[in-house]
Amino acid sequence: MSGVRIEGLNVWFGKGHDLVNAVIDASLEVPAGSSFGLVGESGSGKSTILRAMMGLVPDWSGKMNVAGEELSKERTPAFYKKVQMVFQDPYASLHPRHSVDQVLSETLFLHGFDNIDQRVSKLLDDVGLGGDFRFRYPHQLSGGQRQRVAIARALAPEPQILLLDEPTSALDVSVQAEILNLLVDLRAERQLTYLMVSHDLAVVGHMCDHIAVMQLGKIVEIISVENMRAMNTKHEYTRHLLLASAGYTRDEALE
Amino acid sequence: MSDKKNLLDVEDLWVQFPTRSGLFDAVRGVSFSLGKERLGIVGESGSGKSMTGRALLRLIRKPGIVKAKRMDLLGENMMSKTEKEMRAIRGQRISMVMQDPKFSLNPVVTVGEQIMEAYSLHAKGSKADAKAKAMEMLKAVMIRDPERVFRAYPHEMSGGMGQRVMIAMMLAPDPEILIADEPTSALDVSVQGQVLSIMDKLVEERGMGLIFISHDLNLVSTFCDRVLIMYAGRVVETCQADKLHEAKHPYTRGLLNSLPRLDKPKKRLEVLQRDEAWREAESVSDSQ
Repeated sequence: MSGVRIEGLNVWFGKGHDLVNAVIDASLEVPAGSSFGLVGESGSGKSTILRAMMGLVPDWSGKMNVAGEELSKERTPAFYKKVQMVFQDPYASLHPRHSVDQVLSETLFLHGFDNIDQRVSKLLDDVGLGGDFRFRYPHQLSGGQRQRVAIARALAPEPQILLLDEPTSALDVSVQAEILNLLVDLRAERQLTYLMVSHDLAVVGHMCDHIAVMQLGKIVEIISVENMRAMNTKHEYTRHLLLASAGYTRDEALE
Repeated sequence: MSDKKNLLDVEDLWVQFPTRSGLFDAVRGVSFSLGKERLGIVGESGSGKSMTGRALLRLIRKPGIVKAKRMDLLGENMMSKTEKEMRAIRGQRISMVMQDPKFSLNPVVTVGEQIMEAYSLHAKGSKADAKAKAMEMLKAVMIRDPERVFRAYPHEMSGGMGQRVMIAMMLAPDPEILIADEPTSALDVSVQGQVLSIMDKLVEERGMGLIFISHDLNLVSTFCDRVLIMYAGRVVETCQADKLHEAKHPYTRGLLNSLPRLDKPKKRLEVLQRDEAWREAESVSDSQ
């Protein structure tokens, strides 16, 4: 088992004078079995790093070694067996006309599993949904339940690494707590490696051991969660994010 | 509280929607008053907080029903007003900032024109006055080059700028009350600070009343003066915002405990256990 190693990753979109450098010379390392967070404001390139790993962006350069595989332009089916992604919006990432059963069986079928029927009910149990939900359609589920289905789908190929793109930002805090607990449990049971993107520092602080702070496409600082809690930061921007996440301060904002 | 003149008094407000299985109560008997202060309304999605905000402007679309024993704006009864009279109140005396600037600005009209329109609908004055006011408002919301933004279309702006433009537009007619429905949840934290401080200044300097609807407990507890906590269409608890962390109602406690916190790490987050009794209990009023 190995985790994630990224060196000098650049990602860009468009060309000519429309060229946007979304990620600039990013390097990070996630040991197998650990949990790593990426934080930053919108447009800082944090989701783009995950998408580059999954092969969802066309133009990138640099070195990415994920789950023991040196990545090139193409991803093999074997890669998706090891690495899976959970997307931000459970309302958009599930097919509206596919039942939970269809979503999970199709994934299992495509990855060449047998005993699909049993595996589907096991997956549903694992994410705390149970058999009642098996033949429901997404519109018959709440946001939290949908996100559980999305997590079950990501777990279906029995991956080693999960990429989580803001998995709870569309959910209420009480539901967020349930999903975060589920993710913590699953990681402990299956020795998963997490790479998690969030704009919420408290969520990342709860889930991750190390956190990379991104600003305008660059990783400005990689910091351990202990140092983050102690406000022990080297970079001014990290400090600014930490202060802002604590709530509103009357005079700070006027600058 | 009661002898001081309130900007807004609401008593026993109901919002109902007829459905196939009878009337659905989105807001159930909410009472509160608003002075020159920042009043926060928090709750989960579906708790009726946005509906409360909209009902204050009577912006609930038919077949929805708004009922209230009393809904007074500076002592004037708003429930008996005609639609025409309400239009004079909306925007001019009570205005509302919605959550997402992308859906609330007209995409084919420049920002400047939209602000001018908001102003000249309510104030009599020349076009030059309206333009001057629009520029002044853009400056007031700390937009760096108002000249350029004035001529820009909504798609040419970032989310934060869009939200500030919305606020500028809502404030141009100098309202007495601003209802802000999740005004910062689409924004990054650093821009959020700026937007909040603009609203903060308006409360302090102009004596505006602000109703701040949000699901972010931390934010509300640091930004507002007073908080109403809503659950299933009712107000379950009211408290001073800075004392929110000492709230007593099990629902509020549950929400607070389910938040991950940087300063107090814990292995597992508490999951809110809902109690049917909260749903049935009477709405708490905030008369202290």
